[in-house]
Amino acid sequence: MGNVSLKKITDVYCDVLKEIGNIGAGNAMTALSQMLQCKVDMRVPKVCLLDFQDVGTLMGGEEQLMACVLFGVDGDVSGMMMFMIEKNSARHLISKIMGMEAAGDDFSEMEASALQEVGNIITGAYLNALASFTNLKIISSPPEMTIDMAGAILSVPAIEFGKLGDKLLLIQTQFYDEIEVNGYFVLIPDIDSYVKIIGSLGLPVDGLMEET
Amino acid sequence: MSEIIKVGMADLKVVSSPDGLITMGLGSCVAVALRDPVTKIGGMVHVMLPDSTALRGVHNNPAKFADTGIAELIRQMEAMGARKTRLTAKLAGGATMFTVSSKSDWGMIGDRNVDACKKILKELRIPVIAESTRENYGRTVTFYPETGEYHVKAVGRALTII
Repeated sequence: MGNVSLKKITDVYCDVLKEIGNIGAGNAMTALSQMLQCKVDMRVPKVCLLDFQDVGTLMGGEEQLMACVLFGVDGDVSGMMMFMIEKNSARHLISKIMGMEAAGDDFSEMEASALQEVGNIITGAYLNALASFTNLKIISSPPEMTIDMAGAILSVPAIEFGKLGDKLLLIQTQFYDEIEVNGYFVLIPDIDSYVKIIGSLGLPVDGLMEET
Repeated sequence: MSEIIKVGMADLKVVSSPDGLITMGLGSCVAVALRDPVTKIGGMVHVMLPDSTALRGVHNNPAKFADTGIAELIRQMEAMGARKTRLTAKLAGGATMFTVSSKSDWGMIGDRNVDACKKILKELRIPVIAESTRENYGRTVTFYPETGEYHVKAVGRALTII
């Protein structure tokens, strides 16, 4: 098999990939708004094909402080799934869920674990929706959480893509509630998984190879 | 007026004093800063991966890898008038952002990047005179070829100068 061209994937199937973001995040939003008992909205998903230099521009700059819950994705589709939320939003989210104001600047162990669990539940909802839509088996690994600069966090998926080419392709959906929560779902399948996802929807994948 | 030039991921830049170089939100990548103390020419490369020879696929960006990135950086610095024999190196980055222990080797990549950079610099006889590497947090680094100072800033930590 030749090399899959990321550019071709985005050119031809951009709308399909957006729809995948839509279905996944839509489901996740329902789960989140049930948890928060308030309305949570999402923006139209973005399918981004980025040069590595531009990765930092994705979420308000490289130095934007984010809490990130990361899942390894395995099964028919492999790659990563990230639930990223601005640190202040994360704080707001936790206090809403736990019913008390957070104290101090850093997260306590319990707050961190609550946030991880929120990430777990809503990302599970995203991946379940994706799995039933595509009929593919998708297994996620236990979540891991970190709080750091967006650029540093995104270097992890960027490096994975760096092994295969010079660009990063991801499906990003931003969500927000009426005031204070601002965050993102980022699905980052590896290149072969993009082909599987597209194929599973009955679309032709022959045209996706790089011309040699 | 001096400028601070931004170096992105898989990117490299060369400046001379009084300009400086910055790379923001450095994670598992490594920012290698080289300096010629005589001409005060400084360069920085933000490498993502250790070895360009170990991978399939199409790679057109030398700055992505430790081996090709450092070589290209030295070439560009020499073109500006730096001497390779005078160069010294400082390293930052190579953090392990997540300790995922699945089948893939994400968890290891920061360490491998640091090791690769050190090995290559040793082969080139460029001494590594300071570093702020590994650990588990992201960094923003600014390099000043005038003094050779390398400022390392991380979330919730004091600024360190190496």
